[in-house]
Amino acid sequence: MAHAAHHDDHAHHPTGVMRWITTTNNKDIGTLYLSFALLMFFIGGSMAMIIRAELFKPGLQFVDPQFFNSMTTLHALVMIFGAVMPAFVGLANWMIPMMIGAPDMALPRLNNWSFWLLPFAFTLLLSTLFMPGGAPAGGWTMYAPLVLQTGEAFPFLIFAVHIMGISSIMGAINIIATVFNMRAPGMTFMKLPLFVWTWIITAFLLIAAMPVLAGAVTMLLTDKFFGTSFFSAAGGGDPVMFQHIFWFFGHPEVYIMILPAFGIVSAIVPTFARKPLFGYASMVYATASIAFLSFIVWAHHMFTVGMPLAGELFFMYTTVLIAVPTGVKIFNWLATMWRGSMTFETPMLFALGFIVMFTIGGFSGLMLGVTPADFQYQDTYFVVAHFHYVLVTGAVFAIMGATYFWLPKWTGHMYDETLGKWHFWLSTIFVNVLFFPQHFLGLAGMPRRIPDYAVQFADWNMVSSIGGFCFGATQLLFLYVIVKCVRGGAKASDRVWEGAEGLEWILPSPPPYHSFVNPPLVK
Amino acid sequence: MSQARGQTMGRGTRKFPRSMAQLITALLSLCPAIASADWALNMRPGVTPNSQGIYHLHMIVLWICVVIGVLVFGVMFYSILHFRKSRGARAAHFHENTTVEIVWTLIPFVILVCVAVPATRTLIAMESTGNADMTIKATGYQWRWHYDYLDQGVSFFSVLAEKSNEARQPRSGIDPHTVENYLLDVDQPLVVPVGKKVRLLTTANDVIHAWWVPELGVKRDAIPGFINESWFKVETPGTYRGQCAELCGKDHGFMPIVVVAKEEGEFNKWVEDKKAAALAEAAANDPNREWKKEELMAKGAEVYTKNCAVCHQADGKGVPGNFPALAGSEIANGNVDDHIDRVLFGKNQMPAWKETLSPVEIAAVITYERNSFGNTAGDVVQPKKVAEY
Repeated sequence: MAHAAHHDDHAHHPTGVMRWITTTNNKDIGTLYLSFALLMFFIGGSMAMIIRAELFKPGLQFVDPQFFNSMTTLHALVMIFGAVMPAFVGLANWMIPMMIGAPDMALPRLNNWSFWLLPFAFTLLLSTLFMPGGAPAGGWTMYAPLVLQTGEAFPFLIFAVHIMGISSIMGAINIIATVFNMRAPGMTFMKLPLFVWTWIITAFLLIAAMPVLAGAVTMLLTDKFFGTSFFSAAGGGDPVMFQHIFWFFGHPEVYIMILPAFGIVSAIVPTFARKPLFGYASMVYATASIAFLSFIVWAHHMFTVGMPLAGELFFMYTTVLIAVPTGVKIFNWLATMWRGSMTFETPMLFALGFIVMFTIGGFSGLMLGVTPADFQYQDTYFVVAHFHYVLVTGAVFAIMGATYFWLPKWTGHMYDETLGKWHFWLSTIFVNVLFFPQHFLGLAGMPRRIPDYAVQFADWNMVSSIGGFCFGATQLLFLYVIVKCVRGGAKASDRVWEGAEGLEWILPSPPPYHSFVNPPLVK
Repeated sequence: MSQARGQTMGRGTRKFPRSMAQLITALLSLCPAIASADWALNMRPGVTPNSQGIYHLHMIVLWICVVIGVLVFGVMFYSILHFRKSRGARAAHFHENTTVEIVWTLIPFVILVCVAVPATRTLIAMESTGNADMTIKATGYQWRWHYDYLDQGVSFFSVLAEKSNEARQPRSGIDPHTVENYLLDVDQPLVVPVGKKVRLLTTANDVIHAWWVPELGVKRDAIPGFINESWFKVETPGTYRGQCAELCGKDHGFMPIVVVAKEEGEFNKWVEDKKAAALAEAAANDPNREWKKEELMAKGAEVYTKNCAVCHQADGKGVPGNFPALAGSEIANGNVDDHIDRVLFGKNQMPAWKETLSPVEIAAVITYERNSFGNTAGDVVQPKKVAEY
C-alpha cells in the first residue's frame, strides 16, 4: 500500500466542483452515479406520492387525468433509467476494480462521459413537465399510436431515451473491457465474485438490448415528424410491431435491473452466514440461462394483443421455464445459510428481505406467465404489485443492502446500525402494506394506469396509499443514515465484516484513490 | 355497503380510525364473507366456461405457489432461527453438491410441466372462436366504445353514464359513494342473449384500447388496423361490468363496458326496439331539412356536454397549455369552413368526429360553439352543409 499512497501524492486533480466534472477516477464516478441515483430515487418517489395521494380515495381530488398519466409515465422512466440502473453502475464502478484487483476502470474518460450524459438526459426529460401540452403521458412503454399524441414534449422524450441508452451502452462496454483485461494474475473467470459475473452478463444484455430501444424510439420520431408509418396501420404499418420491438428490449431490461441484485445478495449472504456461497458454478450457469431466456420471452408482456395460438403457447412455455434457474438461485442462497453461523446486521436483513419478497414477486411472475390466467391479470394492479415486488423489494432492497454492506468500506466509517435496522424494518412493513393489497385490487378487477376507480376498490387503495406515504417517509431515514456515515462515525476496519471474503476487504477503509496499483496475486 | 357508508360518513371525510379498524378486521379474518364485500381478495370465477377455466387455473397455480412458498420460507426461517451465531452455531464448510443441484432443477421443471398441461388445454378452448351463434364488433374510440351487431344490423355508441361523468370531474364535490356503479355504468349497455356463443371482434379507431369484462373471461386488445377475435358464452342472465384495460390517453379510466345478458326472447325484443328507435331517430334527425337555430342550439348543448366538455371544459375555457379555449378562439369566431373542417377531421389531440357524430350533431355543436361562451359569430350551420362538406 505504500506505493499506492505515494502514487496518490502525485495525483494532481482539480478541486471543488471541477474535480467532479473532470474526474476519471472510478470511485469518484461511482459516487456521482450513486448520488445521482439517490436524487432520482427521491424525484421518482415524489411522483409516486402524487399518484398514491390521488388514489387515496375515489374521485379526482388533486390532479387532472392527463397529469396523472404523466406522473405514472415519468415515475417509471425516472426510477428505471435514473435510479435503479445508475445505482448498479455506481456500485460496479466502486466495486468491480477492487474485486478483480485492478487500479481503476479500463476506460476512464468514457466512464466520465457516460455519467455526465445522465444529468442532461434527465434535464431534457423533466423539463417536459413545464411544456405546453404537458409531460409525456403515454406510459413508459411509449406504445404507438398513443405516444404520437404527445405534444411538444415528444422529441424531448425520444432524445432523453437516446441519451440514457448511449450512457448505459458505454457503461456496459467499460465494465466488459475492465473485467476482460484488468483482472489480477490468478483471477480466472471462475474465481470472479458473483457480483462481477452478474454484471458482465448484465453488460452483454445492455449492449444487446439498448440499441433495439434506440431503434424503436427513432422509428417513433420519424413517424411523428418525417411522414413514415412504421407503426401506423393507415399508412401500411403495424402498431403491434412497436410492442414486439419494445419488449424485445424490455424483457432483457428487467433482468438488467435484477441480475446485479442477485450478485449483491450472493456477496452479502455468505458474509453474514460465515460460510462460502453454495453452488458457485451453478449460480453462474443459472445467471447465464436467465439472460439467454430473457431474449425469447418478450411477448408475454402482450398476450392480449391477439397472437396466434402457437405463439401464445411458445411464450408461455419459455416464460415459466425461467422459474427453473431462478429457483436454483434461491435454493443456493438457502443452502448457503443452512448450517451457517448467521448474524443479522442491516445488509443481511436487506438480503433476507430480498430473498423472501423477490420470491413473492417471482410467484406472481409465474402466475402471470400462464397465458389464460394472464388474460385476467394483464394491465391490472396484479401486474403493478408483481413488478414492484421484483423491482422495489427486489432491485431496490438489494441496492440498499449493498449500500449498507459497502458504505463502511467507501467512507471508512461505520453507519449507525440501530438506524439502519429501523430503516429496514419500517421499509419492509410499509412496502408490504403498500404493494401486497395491490394483488387483491388487480384480482378484483382494477385496471392499472387509472386516476380514479369504482368504489369497491376504495378500501385497499386507501391501505396501499397509507403504506406508500409511510414507505416514502422512511426513505428520508435512509438519506440521513448515509449522510451521517459519510460525515463521520466509528472507524471501520479493513475487513469491516467478520465473515467478509474477497479482494476489496484487504484494502484499507477507505481504499486508496487507485485501488490496486500493484496487482495482488490471487491463489 | 358502499352506498350506506357514503351516506353515514358524509362527503369525502372518512375517518382514519374507522379505516384502520376495517383494515384490522380484514387482516384478522381473511374469510370469504368479507372477501365478497369491498375487501375483495381474489378473482371471481365469472359466468362463462372460459372465465371459470381461468379461475381454476389461477387457483391451481396460486396453491402451488403457496405450497412452495411455505416450504422455501420454512427452510429459510428454520435456518435463521437455528443457525445463528448468537446461539453458538458454528459454520460448516460445504459449498457444493451436484446431486442436490440436479434435484432442485428437475423438481421445479416437473411442477411446471404439470401447470403447462391444464394451461394449454384452457388456452386452446379460449382460442376456439369457430361456430359462433352471433358476431359483435367492438370498436374503441377515445374514449367510448362502439358496438356493431353484424347479424342483427344494430349499432350504437356506449359512453360513461351521465352521473358518473359528473362526479368524476376534477374537484366535482360529488362523493363517488353516492353514485350507483360509479365509473362502471354506461348510457347504453351491450346486450347479449344467454346460452349463445358470441364471437367478439375488437378493433379501434385511434389508439389501442382493450375490451375487458372480468366475469366473461375476455380481455382483448382493440388495435387500429387489426381485428382481433375472442368469444364468450354467458350462462346466467345478469349485468357484468368491465373497463378499458389498455392505457389510451387522458380518459382511459372513464370508458367502461357493461354487458347485459338476457334470455333469448327478451334479447330479440331488445333488438326490435333498438331498430325501431334507430329509425325514429333517423327520421327526427333528417340532415336534409332546414333546422331552426333554437333546435340546433339545444341539440348542440347536449352534444357538447357529452363529447367536447371533457377537454374544452363546460365553460369553453379549455385547459391552458393542454386544451385550447373555444371562448374567443379564432376557429369559433372565424371562417365557418375552418370550424367545420377542424371538427370533422381533427388535429393532433383533437379527434376527427366525422365517423363518430352525425352531420346533424356536428352542425348543432358547431352552431352551439359559435354562439356560446361569449362567442358572437351568430351564424347557423345547417346539417346539409356538413353532410356535403
